[in-house]
Amino acid sequence: MNSIPMSWYLVFSIGLFCIGLFGVLARKNAVAIIMGLELMLNAVNVNLLAFWSYLYADGMSGLVFVTIVFAVAAAESAVGLALIISAYRRRNTVIAEDMNVLKG
Amino acid sequence: MATEILIWLIPLPPLVAFFLIALFANRWRGLSHYLALSGAGLSWLGSMVVFFTAISREELSKNPIISSINWLPTADTWLKLGVQVDPLTVVTLFFVAWTVLMIFIYSVGYHNYGQPLGDHDHPGLPPHGAHLKDEHGHEHRVPSVEPMYSRFFGFVALFAFGMFTLVLTDNLLALYVGWEIMGLCSYLLIGFWFGKDSARKAAVKAFLTTRIGDMFMLIGLVSLYKITGSLSYSQIFSEASLQLLTSNASPIMGLSWAGFIGLMLFIGTVGKSAQFPLHVWLPDAMEGPTPVSAMIHAATMVSAGVYLVIRFFPIISAGWVPGEALTTTMTVMAFIGAFTALFAATIALAQNDIKRVLAYSTISQLGYMVAALGVGAYGAAAFHLVTHAFFKALLFLGSGSVIHGMEHGVLHTGEEIDPQDMYNMGGLRNKMPFTFWTFLIGGLALAGFPLVTAGFWSKDEILTGSFSGGFMAVFITLALAALLTAFYTMRQITLTFLGQPRTHSAEHAHESKWTMTLPLVILSVFAVSVGWAGIPKAFPVLGGLIPPWFEEFVGSMIESGHGEEVISHSLVPLATSLVVSLGGLTLGWLVYSKVKSGQPDPLQKALGKIYSVLKNKYYFDELYQFLIIKPAFWLATSFTSEWLDRSIIDGILHSFGRFGLWVGRGLRNWFDIPVVNKTGDSLAEGTRGLGSVLRVIQTGRVQQYMVIAIAILVLFGTIFFLFSSGLL
Amino acid sequence: MTPMQIVFLLVASVTLASAVMVVSTRRMFHAALWLILTLLGVAILFALLESRFFTIVQVVVYVGAIAILVLFAVMLTRHVMSEDQPQLNRSWWIASLATIGLFTGMVLVMRTWPIFTTTQRAVGPGGEDLQKLGFAFVDPSGFMIPFEIVSVLLLAALIGAVFIAAERKGGKG
Repeated sequence: MNSIPMSWYLVFSIGLFCIGLFGVLARKNAVAIIMGLELMLNAVNVNLLAFWSYLYADGMSGLVFVTIVFAVAAAESAVGLALIISAYRRRNTVIAEDMNVLKG
Repeated sequence: MATEILIWLIPLPPLVAFFLIALFANRWRGLSHYLALSGAGLSWLGSMVVFFTAISREELSKNPIISSINWLPTADTWLKLGVQVDPLTVVTLFFVAWTVLMIFIYSVGYHNYGQPLGDHDHPGLPPHGAHLKDEHGHEHRVPSVEPMYSRFFGFVALFAFGMFTLVLTDNLLALYVGWEIMGLCSYLLIGFWFGKDSARKAAVKAFLTTRIGDMFMLIGLVSLYKITGSLSYSQIFSEASLQLLTSNASPIMGLSWAGFIGLMLFIGTVGKSAQFPLHVWLPDAMEGPTPVSAMIHAATMVSAGVYLVIRFFPIISAGWVPGEALTTTMTVMAFIGAFTALFAATIALAQNDIKRVLAYSTISQLGYMVAALGVGAYGAAAFHLVTHAFFKALLFLGSGSVIHGMEHGVLHTGEEIDPQDMYNMGGLRNKMPFTFWTFLIGGLALAGFPLVTAGFWSKDEILTGSFSGGFMAVFITLALAALLTAFYTMRQITLTFLGQPRTHSAEHAHESKWTMTLPLVILSVFAVSVGWAGIPKAFPVLGGLIPPWFEEFVGSMIESGHGEEVISHSLVPLATSLVVSLGGLTLGWLVYSKVKSGQPDPLQKALGKIYSVLKNKYYFDELYQFLIIKPAFWLATSFTSEWLDRSIIDGILHSFGRFGLWVGRGLRNWFDIPVVNKTGDSLAEGTRGLGSVLRVIQTGRVQQYMVIAIAILVLFGTIFFLFSSGLL
Repeated sequence: MTPMQIVFLLVASVTLASAVMVVSTRRMFHAALWLILTLLGVAILFALLESRFFTIVQVVVYVGAIAILVLFAVMLTRHVMSEDQPQLNRSWWIASLATIGLFTGMVLVMRTWPIFTTTQRAVGPGGEDLQKLGFAFVDPSGFMIPFEIVSVLLLAALIGAVFIAAERKGGKG
């Protein structure tokens, strides 16, 4: 029998998500931001699987969702890191704050 | 029928001549004078035919030859225009036709037709003379032809048209038209030599002074039309109309309408015939060429004034019966006429310019005619009008001949003297015989030399009329004036023709051409013979030999005309006129026959201070200048032009302009810029401000965007949660 | 406290702690390593949730590919940013506020949901049926279209990443 309440998993995922969010919002280094982003996506996966596991195990939509999140996360990190490398080559910096060309 | 058509046609040839000269013939001197002379000649011919036809008619005064057409439609009648020939017209036509023709012929010679153009003659100034080389190579200075020759003939032709119109017409309106045409031509011709400042001023003076008279005459004309409804003589002189005029009172001073109208018309005459107080223009009008002086100021224009009052005698004398009190207008006329006669005669005593003497003499003789009419001597006034025209025209033309002779002498000797001053003349009877004899005849006529001159007969008539009517004051004044007339006439003749030449120019004067002397001769014939048409029956010895045709003919125009010659039996007037004329002539010759050149005038010693007053024409010009002209000028310039026009009217207009500008500025500064512009601008400014405020958010830092997004997400999430759970 | 709970707590706390290290350490390389640890911890949690497939997938994809990728990126960009200066940007306190707020808010909201604390699982002891998942992916009335789209996405990402990161001179592009 299971004894872990779903709430533990959910709280865990919320916490991981918020840590990842903090990393995204507060870190200077662009690569660190990507890392925070990975944390957030992982938290999402945990959340989804927790719900699947506790509530909707018969339907496949939860798993499909998780799969897609995996794929998207992979693609996004690849592209994001490529962008950072490219930007680094241009501007010789990886500090996110310094990339403010869009400033109005 | 043919006569009526002929009468209509008489004024036209000079008018046609005027237009042809003005439009086409201006450049050709010969053609111009030919046109003018033909015009005058044709009119003369027509006038003679009409004259002889008319005098052979029975009872012409009762049945005058009238031909009129409907001209101007008024409400229920027509204003008619036409011609009328009655006895007064006939005699006036006679002398007008002859004098006009004579003057036209004279003008050809006067303006030196056939002479070369002057060396430095300008149009607008009198000709100065030209240099001619004769066959020996000697240079002479000869008189030069007038540069504005054609213009002169154009103007005098127009003038002749005006006079003929005035004489022949049958209504007062056409008379006024002719009157004004002559006024215009008088202005143009007095100022003929417009380069001279004195001529210009004289022309304006003449026009304005006669204008005053014309204005009153117009008032009389309008009143007459209003009361009687017509301006034709046959209607206004009818019994019914005269009754209407005498019985109703005008609003002026209790006069009847007849008296008022008569007075107004008389004031027109005062202006036109240069009576006191409007006499000041006539002496200055001598600035014009001598034919002008002769025609306008002797024969025709000034006679037109007297013609007017003679024509309107029925209205002037309406309500008067011979032997009773005169009407108001007649009293005024008698007074002014007699006064003017004496007044002008005294001034003529002290004038040295040959033409000025004649000008004052004209004023004086016109006063005679006006006075005669004033005392009711209708026939005498008309008679004197006719004779005066002839001998005064003769005298003026003679003086022109004298001046030409003197100018020739001036050109020959090169002296710098005034050729018109009598004190520079003398002894001309040998140099210019024709001029002398004709001038002498004219002068004797003027002085009233007994029996052989026309002036005697007409003057005698006037004196008789005033004496027998019992108007002693008039009689004595006129007698005195006759004495002075004879005196100054002899003075003039003596100084000019008798004695020895006083200057070299006078020595070198010579007779004028035939074109100038022929009219003199013809006029002198009339000056002698016209008088014999009016010898009264009561005259001792000669009375009754020749019937007094003139009185009967002209006197038939009015009822009282017949009465005159019957009434007077007394010899006093006759004796008086003999004494004054012969006495005056002798006195004049005695005083002046011994005057040498350089000597002062003997009268000066005799009269002392009075002499200079006379010489300066009683200072009337100065008086008028001070009383009337200066205030009028002040009114025109300071009051009206500067104050009324510029300050007030322009001020009002300027203030409108300024007000408009002020409103415009106000609108611009207080509405357009702050409200309208501001609205648009503030929109833009506000947008920009808002943008620059909001721009702060756009830092270009993605993390900040996200932070804000999360923060708002949290905020809104909280709010929604609280809403949904019912806590808020 | 059952052994499962203890295991869970242990794994969860290690994971969270390493996650905190990821976001707060100055040295990037360390951050990458801490990330790997976090990812492994998450994999264990997947296993605890009876999802064998995704445990493996997590390790293979995340740790084996993405984390390595991150490591490469860190190594390539190391010398640019000195590791002595602060790693957090100026508005880190707003971020922390927002984060804490979000955490608190979400937990509070979740607590109002009655099923929040259930312990009953729906999944069977064998975990997921992988075949069923496979069929679901290719079934037109299932999730075929998302599957295809994700494939395209991966293709695009692949090409894009290569393109973006390529050397300008002489490289592709």
